[in-house]
Amino acid sequence: MGKWSRRAFIAGGVLTGGVLAVGVAIRTGRRTDELAPMVTTEGEALVNAWVKVHPDNRVTAIVAHSEMGQGVHTALAQMLADEMDADWSLVSAMEAPAEKSYANYAVGKGFVLGDADIPTWLVRTVDGAFQKIVETMSLQITGGSASVRATGVYGLRVAGAAARQMLIDVAADRWEVPASELTAENSYIVHAASDRRAPFAEFAEAAGQLTPSATPQLKAASEFKIIGESKQRFDIPGKVDGTTEFGIDAQVPGMQYAAIVHAPVFGATLTEVNDAKALAMPGVTGVVNLENAVAVVASGYWQASQALQALDVSWSTTGTDGVSQDAIFEQFRADMDATLANNDETFDKDEGDARAAIDNAKVKVSAEYTVPYLAHACMEPVNATAWEHDGQLEVWTGCQNPLGFRAAIADALDIDFDNVSLHNAPMGGGFGRKATPDYAIEAAQVARAAGTPVKLIWSREEDVKHDHYRPAIMSRFEGGLNEDGKLVGWDNQYVDKHEPAEAPVVPYSIANTRIHHASSPTHVPFGPWRSVDHSQHGFFTESFVDEMAHAAGTDPYQFRRAMLADHPRLLTVLDRAASEANWDVPMTAGRGRGISLQESFGSVVAQVVEVTINEGKVAVDRVVVVSDTGMAVNPDGVIAQMESGVIYGLTAALYGEVSIAEGAVTQSNFHDYQMVRMHEAPVIETHIVNSDAAWGGAGEPGTPGIAPALANAIFAATGTRIRQLPVAKYDLEYRVTETDEVG
Amino acid sequence: MSSQTKPITMVVNGQSQTIEADPAQPLLWAIREQLALTGTKFGCGIAQCGACTVQLNGQPIRSCVTPVAAAEGAQITTIEGLKAADGSLHPLQQAWIDEQVPQCGYCQSGQLMSASALLASTPNPTDAEINTAMQGNVCRCGMYNRIRRAIHKAANSSAAVAFFDPQADASKTADQTSSNRQEMNHG
Repeated sequence: MGKWSRRAFIAGGVLTGGVLAVGVAIRTGRRTDELAPMVTTEGEALVNAWVKVHPDNRVTAIVAHSEMGQGVHTALAQMLADEMDADWSLVSAMEAPAEKSYANYAVGKGFVLGDADIPTWLVRTVDGAFQKIVETMSLQITGGSASVRATGVYGLRVAGAAARQMLIDVAADRWEVPASELTAENSYIVHAASDRRAPFAEFAEAAGQLTPSATPQLKAASEFKIIGESKQRFDIPGKVDGTTEFGIDAQVPGMQYAAIVHAPVFGATLTEVNDAKALAMPGVTGVVNLENAVAVVASGYWQASQALQALDVSWSTTGTDGVSQDAIFEQFRADMDATLANNDETFDKDEGDARAAIDNAKVKVSAEYTVPYLAHACMEPVNATAWEHDGQLEVWTGCQNPLGFRAAIADALDIDFDNVSLHNAPMGGGFGRKATPDYAIEAAQVARAAGTPVKLIWSREEDVKHDHYRPAIMSRFEGGLNEDGKLVGWDNQYVDKHEPAEAPVVPYSIANTRIHHASSPTHVPFGPWRSVDHSQHGFFTESFVDEMAHAAGTDPYQFRRAMLADHPRLLTVLDRAASEANWDVPMTAGRGRGISLQESFGSVVAQVVEVTINEGKVAVDRVVVVSDTGMAVNPDGVIAQMESGVIYGLTAALYGEVSIAEGAVTQSNFHDYQMVRMHEAPVIETHIVNSDAAWGGAGEPGTPGIAPALANAIFAATGTRIRQLPVAKYDLEYRVTETDEVG
Repeated sequence: MSSQTKPITMVVNGQSQTIEADPAQPLLWAIREQLALTGTKFGCGIAQCGACTVQLNGQPIRSCVTPVAAAEGAQITTIEGLKAADGSLHPLQQAWIDEQVPQCGYCQSGQLMSASALLASTPNPTDAEINTAMQGNVCRCGMYNRIRRAIHKAANSSAAVAFFDPQADASKTADQTSSNRQEMNHG
């Protein structure tokens, strides 16, 4: 906490009804223009963590993160409740509203900006490029697997500890005993020596008059009672009886429904619409032309969708109308070659002399890998409901960045930030898609034109064809082994670099390493996709390490192991995975086992995949996951995230492909953008390691390792090296002889 | 496409409802917009994901492609009608909570409507029977193993003698380790 306590700003106060409120913000010395829409006056604070103690002794954690199934509200409430020594049965959580005034109450002055890099994609919704801000502490962004490791560690725990200390201080004063003799237990303050105990609530109002300590004492891990417990998630009961209201379930009196179609080619604009037929259709109340889309407004969504198909629409031509997926990969190849030829590379890493080491190596291996674009395909297609009335614009939606959406809508609609309100709902999947506000802006534009409340729902086809995709990437490798079969040179060039900055991560000790990239922008919009570029680079690097192991004639697990002597945390996780998976037990013909190791978002995950190849088809039988998130706040929640990360990544590895033809996306719905279903889902065994490491994220780290572990298992079973995803591209009935190995 | 609306009467969650609708309009939108039962979800519109699953006379159907005319005179059950009349949870709903099945939760109404139709016809399904009944329901959060486990659990809890294995429960908590291996017999 050292470097944080200087910036931590804790404030307490009393709300109406005698509720004690304690908040934490992190001070900063810097701010940027891009934050201006969030912060109207100098020194104004953004919310990160709050606790309320109610007169009936209930405790509410107020969490400035969106719920999309990752269990963030529950996990962060656990962190708060443990530091407070609250009775868990009296604890609940609510999402902070997208309101600055609320955020500012009693938190004081100062906002978050400082030490760590925040991925730029997290804040693209704020106009313009953004610099540095402590991860997700503000802006209500949910992404980067940062809720627990940033907001929880630096916000909720501190707020809980501060609240506890304030309550104890009041009790000490009233009971005239030293504060050091008081403890907190299950939402009571206890003085053991005199056998006195009283509920938190008795001290709440008086505590609100105190100035909290900026550096409350936090618990040691050995003292945790609620952190580390698999508490049931708060949000689940409403998800089994249909009562949870997602963004798409918003009901506004007088609401109309809108369906939309976008210009198929990214960058094209609307030139002409003949809407006579559509306007004559039953229920249709209007057609709204946007810059790159057209929407039909009707009394029902189906009516709007039917009428949309009756529109005769023309779009502008663009310079990218002829672009194909092959052309994009050719462009990558050409730009990588040119960058090399011109000595124009940007280096992530250049240690030792990788070129010389590879040139002098006993065995050299080279490989070119590619992965396609991917859509997010959240189960809830993107949607938003908007209503402009009396100079106010109200928006209902589910998003990963409520304050950022509010600012982006205000900017796009040219309306004052204070006149926009945003009601955020739980998301039916986010995975990074719902950090981009395009759909909410469109809803506001359509509602303004319609003059009524409008619920805009993208069809699944629009959702697939107009996503902000996981970028397609090409990555080339050269590796060199010495006489002892040791990896002595690693040269990796890839295109394009996105987020997070540390990707690709190669954790192994390799004396000579070059990792560099070329720029090769395309017209296809991209955005964060669960685990961001770790998902592509994890596949590339952990596959190529496997190639080097096989070239060395060494067991892939032992090959990795030998390069991890200086990385005990990773080694522990890798060893545990191999052991749990019975790595050394040989498999029968047609079956194979593959391993991977990936560090991302502060967590380390190893996976072992078992496959059976039958008549050219891959069955994924079993996945062993070992996860070290530093501390699993809610172990079952972490297990669920690992299971989810595995299936999400498995869908991508087996089937996931968005391809471009004539400038536009080919795929459209689940029939041609296939998902893993129950009958294909492997057994997943997750084992949790709680190391002493700083707490890491859980939502994303399960995803990067599944594709390489799967590809490595397929190689073990068939001898076919998967260098392009999805696996569905390969005909595994035939063994493909690798031709790239030389020396 | 017909542009004429007609009165259509159906029994939804035990209550008779009459709506004015184009007979070709999918039942999904009648349920969500006209009856304001928003627990049933829109996912794909082409019967590929199962998020819109409801029961028509006890059969699981994809309401996004079922014309509302097909519901004339039928019994429709949505997620809002899955609880018992006294408000107590269906054994599947309880099992969903016990096994902490949902993540985002958006597909779960459809999953539960498919699963409850399965248990009504097959009280003690095998893994293979569960896979067959549930493979039309996509869960993008990938909670398939938990769903299958919860179906087995509900099937067991519905049986005359409840089955409880404290050892299995204890080991799961102590190790903080998940395994659904014992539930599986495929491959």
